[in-house]
Amino acid sequence: MLTKRIIPCLDIKDSRVVKGVKFLQLKDAGDPVEVARAYDAEGADELVFLDITASYENRKTLTDLVERIAVNIFTPFTVGGGIRDIEDIRGLLNAGADKISINTAAVSKPELIRQAAGKFGSQCIVVAIDAKRVEMTRPVGREDVGRGTSHERRTTNDERRYKWEVFIHGGRTPTGLDAVLWAKDAARLGAGEILLTSMDYDGTKDGYDIELTKAVSRAVNIPVIASGGAGNPEHFYQVFSRTKATAALAASIFHYQEYSIKQVKEYLLGKGIPVRL
Amino acid sequence: MLSLQINDMIAIIDYGMGNIHSIKKALENCGAKTLVTNKAQDIRKCNKVVLPGVGAFADAMHELRKRGLVVALREHITDQKIFLGICLGMQLLFQESEEAPDVKGLGLLKGSVIKFKARPKYPVPQIGWNQLKIKLKVKSQKSKECPLLKDIPNGAYVYFCHSYYPLPADKKVNAASCAYGVNFAAVAWKDNIYGTQFHPEKSQEIGMQMLKNFVNL
Repeated sequence: MLTKRIIPCLDIKDSRVVKGVKFLQLKDAGDPVEVARAYDAEGADELVFLDITASYENRKTLTDLVERIAVNIFTPFTVGGGIRDIEDIRGLLNAGADKISINTAAVSKPELIRQAAGKFGSQCIVVAIDAKRVEMTRPVGREDVGRGTSHERRTTNDERRYKWEVFIHGGRTPTGLDAVLWAKDAARLGAGEILLTSMDYDGTKDGYDIELTKAVSRAVNIPVIASGGAGNPEHFYQVFSRTKATAALAASIFHYQEYSIKQVKEYLLGKGIPVRL
Repeated sequence: MLSLQINDMIAIIDYGMGNIHSIKKALENCGAKTLVTNKAQDIRKCNKVVLPGVGAFADAMHELRKRGLVVALREHITDQKIFLGICLGMQLLFQESEEAPDVKGLGLLKGSVIKFKARPKYPVPQIGWNQLKIKLKVKSQKSKECPLLKDIPNGAYVYFCHSYYPLPADKKVNAASCAYGVNFAAVAWKDNIYGTQFHPEKSQEIGMQMLKNFVNL
């Protein structure tokens, strides 16, 4: 049976692991290869490295880091952050990344998803979506730029008074896009997976955004990784038992050793969620 | 380098379809000497070849043809030398793929490559760790157990990341299957030909054991 994946996320800045709360207040959390090696030993199912420096000068440093990870860690890993075009994707895949996560570039140039999936296969193209809850009564500013104009009706059918808006540039720029509809578009264009981060819950340790994860994972037929808010093993259980997410990502609870991956997995197994131990 | 017999080396085919760092390093950790190459003459000199690969079936065949490797790979196999195809590299062994109906595969194993049908409980691609159901008695092979699966427990978890799966025409080729809505061949084995739909180089200790088995063949 395919097991649910537990994925530690390493935010990378200047080749160091950092962790912030709600995309701010960065703290140092170690050397990426060392942190990755520890997670590897603990039984992480995959690793995600998100480069939050993502400046042009940093490209080469990131490629070097990816190569260093690939030869040291025999666990599949995804790399994201500041990826703009096919050449960036090719460079990181060749350096040893198993999957590439694109966020801002996918929104500003959706055709990139199709190109990348056609060239490298859907299975290595992850579309990362940073989503934030917005009240429906409050004007969002822009409409969904021609994508899925029926979102008003859909959300009414769901009896929601809010939707989730997609933000880009590391959570700084609102796009007016509805996260559920954008996820569907991304899947249609060839994304192999959605990495769905709730900006409202990220760093809070209050649990995953169940409603957001439920809505997106129900809307697409590709794997969805829930992200943002994990604070204890029960939160993982909630997201796996109440949504169709096939993986859950977490950072601070593993970084600061509040719980080990093994503890989370044992808890899940005890509750009947299939995991690899 | 001069003191090495090139025959001792495992040729890893680098044909522009994804990274070879992990498989190279993993094989070296298992004690192998590796030669990353895209040249037919190197393949002829090596007793073992690994064909990795991620990406599209049609592109992969095109890249192999462009480098004049199709004939060399066929010869390698008909010469009874050992071959391991990983993921797309395994799929290329078959005759055809739904992914590219007009493109012929290497045709070294009979059968085709099929796309998973997406269903609510089985999103496509299949991404993650799934279990091997090992067939311990594969008939009409010289030994009963697939040598690649020596010391691998039934139900072991390995890492998959794929939208297509191989359907061998000859069921005996299926040395270990995996269930994801359908049962498919996760390990194909016929004489000197081995293929894994999963990534042994990404499957931690279990994967490392298989690569050790491969190195020791």
